[in-house]
Amino acid sequence: MSQPIIEFKNVQKRFGDTTIFDDFSFKVEENEIVSIIGPSGSGKSTLLRILMTLEGIDGGYINVAGESLWHMLWNDRYVPASNKHLHKMREQLGMVFQHFNLFPHMTVKRNITEAPMRVKGLSRQDAEESAEALLELVGLADKAESYPNDLSGGQKQRVGIARALAMRPAILLLDEITSALDPELVDEVLDVIRNLAKEQSFTMLLVTHEMYFAREISDRVCFFDKGKIVEEGVPEDIFSAPREERTQAFLNAYLGQ
Amino acid sequence: MEFGEIVSVLLQGAIVTIKIVAMALPLAAFMAFTFGLVRLYAPAPFKQLSILYIEFFRGTSALIQLYWIYFVLPFFGLSIDAMTAGVIALGLNIGAYGTEVVRGAIQAVPKGQYEASVALNFTSSQRLLRIILPQALVNMIPPFGNLAIELVKATSLVSLITIADLTFKAKSLADMTLQVGEIFVVVLVLYFAMAQCLSLFFRYLEKRLSRGLGRGGMN
Repeated sequence: MSQPIIEFKNVQKRFGDTTIFDDFSFKVEENEIVSIIGPSGSGKSTLLRILMTLEGIDGGYINVAGESLWHMLWNDRYVPASNKHLHKMREQLGMVFQHFNLFPHMTVKRNITEAPMRVKGLSRQDAEESAEALLELVGLADKAESYPNDLSGGQKQRVGIARALAMRPAILLLDEITSALDPELVDEVLDVIRNLAKEQSFTMLLVTHEMYFAREISDRVCFFDKGKIVEEGVPEDIFSAPREERTQAFLNAYLGQ
Repeated sequence: MEFGEIVSVLLQGAIVTIKIVAMALPLAAFMAFTFGLVRLYAPAPFKQLSILYIEFFRGTSALIQLYWIYFVLPFFGLSIDAMTAGVIALGLNIGAYGTEVVRGAIQAVPKGQYEASVALNFTSSQRLLRIILPQALVNMIPPFGNLAIELVKATSLVSLITIADLTFKAKSLADMTLQVGEIFVVVLVLYFAMAQCLSLFFRYLEKRLSRGLGRGGMN
């Protein structure tokens, strides 16, 4: 088997006195789509935020695409990563946020072109062509000149997805991307992800409360509780025949089985 | 003295006042941004320096600061002319308040904006200049407007270090002519007009800068 694109080795993470991860290990293969489900406070979002370098770790190692994320080799020793190293590592990663976090002072188009132009050095023309294609993909070609505040929640989130994709990440992190949406707007966002998943051209790691969606889209589902993977497997196994009691209780509560 | 003459004398004073404002305002803005950013992002010793500056200039009287710069510093071998002393004292004083405005406005930008800019791999200076500051600037405009008007009013203090500003001209005219009523009505109108101009200018700025930011809520 090829090398995993994401690997957590004995990772520790604490917030003050609260331990989120204690000796946590986890792998994701290239082009795999992994859903993370579980009760709130179980460390699901923290996992994504650590990968996106929004949170540091207190112990252990993380590899992304064969390189250490939070450490770098220096004189044959692993030392904490410099800003430069993190900057390089982030090229692999993209993230879509629960609360969208679009830049309100920029038009939709500029939200999408700003980073490719400033960070990747794309020409304006290339960046705008790519943005138009992405807006087409998420069904918002007519909203290029709008400001985020003029969009609905579902539209904002689709821009959020387009903005993350514009950086062409190898790994896409989706952090509860429909949790802040009105129920009738959830599907338009999930449809975009469904289409992306069909292409199977990148790795996706998603934290979600949409169980049916997780079941439909994932190669693997991980049930998280208290900073540990209690159970993982193909969606059919997890959703139809969960082995662990805690998984059963959680799914019962969610799906009302 | 005829009313027209009074007005023309007072207008000369007003021009001096406007000059002081025009020089002290950029100084105040410079101090506000420099120390506001230092307070937020610089290493600890510089942060302490920034806090010291803010607390000192907020915690002592502007008039005493002016006297110190004009009358006391010469004893330490640092003589500056009255105009410069006035501009420095007022600029530093208003700048200290502005520092807190800058800091507060930057901190009021939602954390998600910072996180999105990290996720998109902007460098730290790009994050600040392209994402955080443009949004913070809009939050700063109304309190900056207040401070600018405070500055206009505080300029009257420089009359006490021999500068012939609006207040100085008014007092000397009043002593000379005893036409107190007319003089101080004109003075009032002139200060008010200056404050209004600033007020309108800042309202215009706010409107210009808040394009797209109009309605609140999540982005």
